[in-house]
Amino acid sequence: MAPAPHRILRVKRETHDTFTLTLEVPEEAGGEFAPGQFSMLYVFGVGELPISISGDPGVPGQLVYTVRAVGKATGSLVKLRAGDWVGVRGPFGSAWPVEAARGKDVLIVAGGIGLAPLRSVIYHVLNNRDAYGRLTILYGARSPKDLLYRVDFRSWSRQMDTHALTTVDHGDLRWRGRVGVVTTLFRYVRLVPERTIAMLCGPEIMMRYVCAEIEKNHQLPASQIHLTMERNMKCAAGFCGHCQFGPYFICKDGPVFSYERMKPLLGIYEL
Amino acid sequence: MENLEKILSEHPFFEGIEKAYLDILAGCASNVRFEAGAYLGREGEDATSFFLIRKGKVALEIRTPQRPPLVILTLEDGDILGFSWLVPPHLWRFDMRAVEPVRALALDGRCLRRKCNENHDLGYELLKRFAYVVDNRLQATRLQLLDVYAAARS
Repeated sequence: MAPAPHRILRVKRETHDTFTLTLEVPEEAGGEFAPGQFSMLYVFGVGELPISISGDPGVPGQLVYTVRAVGKATGSLVKLRAGDWVGVRGPFGSAWPVEAARGKDVLIVAGGIGLAPLRSVIYHVLNNRDAYGRLTILYGARSPKDLLYRVDFRSWSRQMDTHALTTVDHGDLRWRGRVGVVTTLFRYVRLVPERTIAMLCGPEIMMRYVCAEIEKNHQLPASQIHLTMERNMKCAAGFCGHCQFGPYFICKDGPVFSYERMKPLLGIYEL
Repeated sequence: MENLEKILSEHPFFEGIEKAYLDILAGCASNVRFEAGAYLGREGEDATSFFLIRKGKVALEIRTPQRPPLVILTLEDGDILGFSWLVPPHLWRFDMRAVEPVRALALDGRCLRRKCNENHDLGYELLKRFAYVVDNRLQATRLQLLDVYAAARS
């Protein structure tokens, strides 16, 4: 599967090291995706990398990706400007369980750049508001300067039947919001276990702590908790084996998994 | 006094506690208010009480030389603030600054220690509740130490 060239429409600086790229989808490419899926973005002459789609699935004709510059390929990607081209393969992988969540309360827990793969499911819930119950969004970042999507977050927190809370691990005197890790936000949340579906994304260690918190203190069964996993991906089609995680290939069987499937594997150090 | 018992019984920290204990605890409690920017306590000062926050937000800060204070945790409605009244030498370990106007109940530490010494069942009940909060804060601090977002990739 060869990358299809897509033109960059916009580049928005989200934080000091994180940028959102909006790509124009060529007519023949379609551009449909399900919330939670990812694409392989090819920076010509540099390399290819998996990036979750973070845009609104209800807006056709464009694909949106939020990228944190942490290496050579991501560093090159965020240096591109409107009018430049990138190669796109995909979308790939499994999606957030938006159908299973219909009629239920939705709990979103994101850490750091992990809010990006969850933004598309938040858009989906808000676009189909009557189909879902209460929407709770808990978001943790390293510091105030690392908070993503500030405008979106303000808008989400004003929506009816939506509870959006944010916190940072370390604050300073100018920060008037919450300070504490993302698990501390659960003090302000009441979940109804039998009608809640949880969706998590963030560093794996953070997700382990959050899963333990949700299971132990909120009695949500593992089958109702879903998380997105990350490993080094290359082919995105389950052939190369780079992203193997126990019996699964993250690119093909994931990246979204139920915690029920992941729980026995998350504690295995060698994986 | 009846009013304080009601406020105590409605605070999450004392959820489900026996009424007899509430009567005893109310004898050590008083309503307090702090304006934004005021300090509920400063590092090294006598920890004479602990607080049940009813409304508002408090930042726990660590002072470091030649740097602005670092905020390590905020606490708000329904949270409790202060363990130092329990543990000798009963001195605050952090600065506690009201980020917003704060309404709270202050429970006098000396009064509580005396009543717990007289009534070990009350003391055990209080310690169980404090241990739960301390355990949660310790877990959160461990996660904070990991600095998990520093190396996160997209």
